[in-house]
Formats: sequence, C-alpha cells, structure tokens
Amino acid sequence: MVLIASLIDGLLIGFIYGIAAMGLSLIWGVMRVINLAHGAIIALGMFGVYLAFTGLGLNPYLALLLVALTGLLSGVLVYGIAVHRVINAPYLSTLLATFAVNMIVIGVGTAAFSTSPRNVAFALGSLSLGVITLTWTRVAAALVAVLVTALLYLFLYRTRPGKAIRAVANNRAAAELMGIPSSWVLALSFGLGTMLAAISGGLIATFLPFTILAGAGYQVKGFVICVLGGLGNPLGALIGGLLLGAMEGIIPAFLETSWVPVLEFVLFVLILLVKPTGLLGSRK
Amino acid sequence: MKPLDKSHDTPWRNPGLWLALATTAVIGLSPALSGNKAYAREVMFTVLMSVGLASSLNVMLGYTGYVNFGHIVFFGLGGYVSFYLLSVHRLPFYIAVLAGGLSAALLAFLLGKAILRLRGAYFALATIGVNEAARSFVKNFGPFGGPTGMTLKFQVYQAYGGADRALWIAYIVLVVLAVAVILVSFLVKTSRFGLGLMAIRENEDTAEVMGVVAPNAKTWAYVLSAIFPGMIGALFFFKNGNIEPDDAFRLQQSIEIIVMVMLGGQGLVLGPLVGSAVYQRLRGYLLVSPLFKNIQLAVAGVLLLIIILFVPAGLVGWLRRRSSRLRRVLE
Repeated sequence: MVLIASLIDGLLIGFIYGIAAMGLSLIWGVMRVINLAHGAIIALGMFGVYLAFTGLGLNPYLALLLVALTGLLSGVLVYGIAVHRVINAPYLSTLLATFAVNMIVIGVGTAAFSTSPRNVAFALGSLSLGVITLTWTRVAAALVAVLVTALLYLFLYRTRPGKAIRAVANNRAAAELMGIPSSWVLALSFGLGTMLAAISGGLIATFLPFTILAGAGYQVKGFVICVLGGLGNPLGALIGGLLLGAMEGIIPAFLETSWVPVLEFVLFVLILLVKPTGLLGSRK
Repeated sequence: MKPLDKSHDTPWRNPGLWLALATTAVIGLSPALSGNKAYAREVMFTVLMSVGLASSLNVMLGYTGYVNFGHIVFFGLGGYVSFYLLSVHRLPFYIAVLAGGLSAALLAFLLGKAILRLRGAYFALATIGVNEAARSFVKNFGPFGGPTGMTLKFQVYQAYGGADRALWIAYIVLVVLAVAVILVSFLVKTSRFGLGLMAIRENEDTAEVMGVVAPNAKTWAYVLSAIFPGMIGALFFFKNGNIEPDDAFRLQQSIEIIVMVMLGGQGLVLGPLVGSAVYQRLRGYLLVSPLFKNIQLAVAGVLLLIIILFVPAGLVGWLRRRSSRLRRVLE
C-alpha cells in the first residue's frame, strides 16, 4: 500500500517533470540548442508564484498565468539577446550562451532573494481514496500539466504559428523558402520552451519548498527525461517524465533514497549509448 | 590545407612554446618574490590549478572539438583515490598523486571506449550524466566516506615537515605539473597525432577517410586530458585537508573551466593559460569589490555572453587575427 501511494505521488510529480522536459525538448527539436538556462527559468517560475502569492496575495493558479506570460516574453527576449547571433555557430557557442544567461539570472536572483529556502504557504487539503491519501495541490499540479500539454498540442497542430514551428523544425531552409519568417518562429519556440519551464517551476512551488538554486536539479532531471523520451519529441518528454517519476516513487521501497540519482544517471548514460534517439525517439 | 610550417619539424625553435612556458614559470615563481609568501602561494595555487585544468581540457575541447562537461570528474576521482590512499593506507604523497592521475586515466580509457562513440551534443549530455552519476555514486560509497567525505589527520602532514612545508611541496609539484601540461599541449598540437585530432574536429568522417583512426585517436586524447586533472585533484585535496562529493564533482566548476578555455581561445596553447589567469584574477577582484561582491556571478555571466557573441575566438585568438607577426609568437 505504501508502495502504491509513493508510486502515485511519483507519477503526479512526473507530469511536472514532463512539462519542464517538454520545454527542453521543444527547443532542441526546433533549433538544436540545449538550453542550459532552463533551470534558472524554473527557479524564476517558483519565485514568480511565491512573490505573487505572498506579496500580492494572488491565488497561486492565477499567478501561474502571469508567470506563463512572463516566461514566454522573457524566452523571446533571451533568444533575441543571447541565442540568435550564434544560432548557426558550432553548438558549443549556444551551450555557453545559454549558460551565461543562467549565470546572470542565478547571480541576480541570489543577490535579490539569497539562497535560503522558501515555500508557498498554500494548501487545498487532501483527497482520500481508501488507504491512499493525496494532497490536492499535487493532483491539481498534475492536472494543470496535462492541460498545458493538451494546449501545446492544439497550438502546434491546429494553428498557423504552430504549423510554422513544425515546418521550421522539419527543415528550416525549406520553411524559409515557403515564406516563413524563421527568426520569429525560432524566437517563439524558445519563448514557448521557456514558458513551459516557468510553469513547471510555478507548479512545483505550490507543494514543495525551494531555493533560487533549486532549478539546476530539475534541469538535469529534464535532460534525463529528454533522453528517455527522445530529444525533440514533446509527447515523449511527458512519458519520460512519468517514467522518471515512477522510478522515484518505486526505488526507495527497495534501496536507500540516496541511490535514486545514481540509478537515474546510469540509466541516462546507458540509454544514450544504446539508443541516443531515446527509448521513444524516432528512427533517424 | 596549409603546407606544413617549420614549427612541425622543430618544435623547440618555436617562440610560441617558450612564451607559454616562460609565462607559466613566471606565474609559478611569483610567490617566492612576493612579500606575503603564503598568501601569494594560495592565489597562485588557484591560478595554476586552473591553468592545468583548462589546458588539459583544451586537448579535448579545442583540438578534438568534443565538448566535455565532465572534466571535473577526473579531478574529483583523482582527488578521492589519492586521498583514500593517503589517509587510510598511509601511502607516500607522490605515489598517491600518481595513483590519482592513473585512476583518472583508466576511467577515461574505459569511459572513452563507450561514450566517445556519441557525437556533438549527445556527447556533451552524456558527460553531464557521467558527472552527476559519479557524484551521486560517491555519496553512497562507504570506503570514500559517503556524503560527508573524508578528512586528513594532522599527522599525515607531519611526515612532510609540518603543514606549512607540505603546502609548499604541493605547490611546487603543481608548478611542475602546469609546465608539463603546457609542454604536452604544445607537443600534441604540433604532432601528427594532434593533426589527426584537429582533422576530427573539422570533419570526423572526412578524417577517417583520410586515414585517421578516429576511435583510437579520440580515446587517447581523452586519456591524455584526464591524467592531469587527476593529479591536480590529488594536490588540491591534499592541500585542502578534506574532501566531499559536492566539492569534488561540481558541474559548475566543469563549466568554469570551459569558460576559461573560451575566454583565452580554444585550440591554442596560450589560450587556456591566458584565459584561466584572467578569469581567476577577475573573479578574485569581483569577490572583494564592494560593488560587485553580491552579483559577481551575474557579472561573470555578462562577460561570458559578450565573449561568446562578439569574440568567439577568445582573447589570444582575437590578437592572432590582428597581425601576422603575432600569429608566429602566439601559438
């Protein structure tokens, strides 16, 4: 019974890992950039919800809308300032450019908020299903994550800008020949990826304590998930997130919790070696 | 391709080599001339450590074109192995340092056989995974002290004439290592082996067609670039007196080393040397400046961004482009 409860808890947080990884995966899929600023944005999302809740007294889920919008805009801004100039340079440049953004955000964030832990004092009570008790904040966060995924898919497959993003991901030169303004599409994709990071940070903040440095851990989990689900495959990222969440829920029943990251990263390197396109990746 | 210039036949006559070696030696000897010797030694220890780490990384990053986010794994592993031998088995210091280097080289050999098959960003991601796996493994590994790490007993230093003398010994060994790194970095660059590595950097498939045995060349480059951080890690943690998983395998530090290589100029012998000296001095300044103390990380980030966007060849690379006379001196 304890096992089932921790499995469900793991799966619920897996949805949130999933949307963070989806952002990484989207950016990689469209422009072949590994965004090392992802963790910093996750942390900003956490602080966005925290500040709106404790400072303005806003409902955390309402604050999430604000955080998402800010995330989108700041992603476009980051793309314009740091990424656009080096988008065609060797990938070391984009890795380091996004890492520089990470340093700037974390540096300013540490000066502003210090590294002491915070939490959003917000609760919705809990849900009892027989012997299993789930906190509503976790359930709600998972539901929001599913909703965001559905909206992202509607956007990518049913709207013109979404189709433009998929066209650029498929073949940038051909898309440009068809009259698609690829610079704007890249900026928009980077913004969407950043928005997903900010939302996942905001959701985590509703039920777990955090610091300004907390994003880094979730970013590395994001890499693991991307590799599980296949880089550049957003839906795969969600499934990878669930897998990772399930692992985190089940492993502590058999081993000490401190072994979880060891297994995660060994699995990560093994999958990269055996099937670098990911367990659910396309055959390319 | 350019016709082979003479430096490939007679590396000893190349002024670039002597400039790099002389700079390293001057940095290494400067504490002896300083008023506050112990303080100067601590400052220069950090600088020379960075020189060694950055120059050895340059063999992979600059010459071979493989982005390694896990360079610090070798530093941490060498530190742990030598620390273990020193504190638990009471082996002599020099043997422990050598063992640190060899264990790092062995890890690089085994790891290289596996992950060097990956190219581009996939390799970079795998090295992040290796770093995190190593850190979380050591946290669970009993003989290495688990999450709390290990501490050196004071008697260990007594065998070397007290803590102060032991620190000087560690420093002198580091100076020798730094000079050796520069020399190796230069010899690799001007050798046939190095030419093969640079061919891999430009286009791995073409290089293989031209007769470079890429898997072997990459593995040996990886091993060569791992030995030095292994030994430097041994020196650093001997000086430090204690070792913890989060200090030994810090991803942030790996990235700092990459920044130093980029700052000076990747693929050049002098690049990592200049890059690490400038970076460490700048960091030292930002840490004590009242204006920048709180946001030193952000200032470093802005600098990095400016370099990536506007001076991608690095400081030395930029100078080389300015004049052909400098190009002969700045190797």
